[in-house]
Amino acid sequence: MKIGICAKVTADTDARLSPSADGGSFEFSGKSVVGPYDMFAVEEAVQTKEKHGGDTVVFTVGAESDVLSQLRGSVLALGVDKAVIVEDPALANADALGVARALAKAIEAEGVDLVFCGKQAIDDDNVQVPAMIAGLLGWAQVSRVTAFAVDGTSFTATRAMDGGIKQVVSGNLPVLITAERGLNTPRYAKLPAIMKAKKKPTERRDLAALGLSAEAVAPKVSTSAYGSPPERPSGKIIEGDTDTVVAELVRLLREEAKVL
Amino acid sequence: MSSYEGVDFYRVDDLLSDEEKAIREAVRAWVEDRVLPIIERHYQEGTFPTDLAREMGEMGFLGANLSGYGCPGLNNVCYGLICQELERGDSAIRSFASVQGSLVMFPIHAYGSEEQKQRWLPRLARGEAIGCFGLTEPDFGSNPSGMITKAEDRGDHYLLNGAKMWITNGTLADVAVVWAKLDGVVHGFLVEEGMEGFSAPEMTGKHSLRASVTSELVFSDVRLPKENLLPGIRGLRGPLSCLNNARYGIAWGALGAATGCFHSATEYAKSRIQFDGPIARFQLVQDKLAWMLREITKGQLLAWRLGRMKDEGTLQHEQVSLAKMNNVDIALRIARTARDIHGANGILGEYPIMRHMANLESVYTYEGTHDIHNLVLGRWITGIPAFT
Repeated sequence: MKIGICAKVTADTDARLSPSADGGSFEFSGKSVVGPYDMFAVEEAVQTKEKHGGDTVVFTVGAESDVLSQLRGSVLALGVDKAVIVEDPALANADALGVARALAKAIEAEGVDLVFCGKQAIDDDNVQVPAMIAGLLGWAQVSRVTAFAVDGTSFTATRAMDGGIKQVVSGNLPVLITAERGLNTPRYAKLPAIMKAKKKPTERRDLAALGLSAEAVAPKVSTSAYGSPPERPSGKIIEGDTDTVVAELVRLLREEAKVL
Repeated sequence: MSSYEGVDFYRVDDLLSDEEKAIREAVRAWVEDRVLPIIERHYQEGTFPTDLAREMGEMGFLGANLSGYGCPGLNNVCYGLICQELERGDSAIRSFASVQGSLVMFPIHAYGSEEQKQRWLPRLARGEAIGCFGLTEPDFGSNPSGMITKAEDRGDHYLLNGAKMWITNGTLADVAVVWAKLDGVVHGFLVEEGMEGFSAPEMTGKHSLRASVTSELVFSDVRLPKENLLPGIRGLRGPLSCLNNARYGIAWGALGAATGCFHSATEYAKSRIQFDGPIARFQLVQDKLAWMLREITKGQLLAWRLGRMKDEGTLQHEQVSLAKMNNVDIALRIARTARDIHGANGILGEYPIMRHMANLESVYTYEGTHDIHNLVLGRWITGIPAFT
């Protein structure tokens, strides 16, 4: 079995995102990481490989210089065998569909039977790429999966529904699974494995190598601006003895906040 | 996840490989998940978190810079970075790794027989077996050559008598590397838990390194099989070479404690409001923080250079003395200054400050006291030894 993972190198969970000065892009301070939901996907891929054998390969879109060390330290060091990095100038402003087209082609080229993705990236909260990849490949997709098992060519997955209801689904490979928190507990990278990850193969592919033209990934949606949320107004401190404070608070809640 | 990113004012990161940085991040993440949430309780209760021993082994923290026999085989800069991050958690955790790796696994690796290596190193590397190192005695600390613990050759075995003190991991240990005189010459012996006449009572009442086990080792007519002598070394050079390795790790480790204190002091100063504004706006507070940054930055460059020289094989032990002495000294003073910035809050377990401060009082003294390292440098400068 060949198992794929799609991962995005993104801002760490505690990084603060902010629009750039011209509003044309967003910036963050602090380190970049492989997204936390993607790490559940990595762990599930490695566990599936440990149970059933096979090869694992991680796919990402981005500049090799920006993503390679994170892929090595956080993905290859956990037991994934190979990385495929799709890098092309035409992808710099790609929208979700463009990214999905590139990843789908790369997945197809590797002959993968099963793909795990995080349920979403944690920077743009777009939640589009995994579903688009499945659509482009003509595969089934199961989203927000909290338990997964594969048996020969069939799989069973448990997914989270509204209200905590669990839905159990099954089907046949190939399938694309998106990982929800709780699917597993990602392991720590062991230090010798981090050193060995340096020797694992990483391949860089441009669009031409995937048989895609720049037009094929040209954005159908473009960002016109990024803006910050309005500053939260500062709170109001009411002073005085208890009777005064309570009376004033009730008045403000009724007259200004209009919640009473 | 915390917002902790360490300190890198002089872009020392640019001097590290991607793998070295990835290793630091991995250890940092482990410390944040596994050490920081529990260490204050262990410190208060005076217990070592024994279940972390195997985890540290699995992660590759133990004997990290040794190769073969199941050891991780990392370089010395990686070993230093491991110590740095572990000590940001607590000096007790770094001490555990230092003792296991540098004081127990290193001498077995360097001076042991093939049987000793095969028997102990894989288990010690996995954290399945715990080791301790017996050199210091109640009356012989800075002057180990005066030790009175001795082994006598009784034909088919050695008979060991004496006592050691201030032994990290002693009570927990499955094997003790014990230095004793045989016909007046210092030799290393492997003393195993359960041997008749060997006991390792825990020392109590410490105000420092409370999350570490510190013990006495008592040998009363212990019959040691002949194969338990370390065959590859004789003389004081044996234990001193071990200490030199451990001190190297301490030079890095102290930076972890210092950086943890600096980080906490900076966050506290920015959020603590007095006189209608954060105390970070006061010049006296900024002066303290600027001094901490200055000392940490210098210490980082010392540690980095020391690591590269150790990997090149050009390291002199006097250079290790300078870095151990300096980095522990500044870490201790940074912890005290951080306590000052934290005001009364600095004495509470809610902040790591007082714990680091009390721990560093031990680190200042163990593995060669601050003063002895000064005298080592004095001898290097003048050619005149002041301590014999």
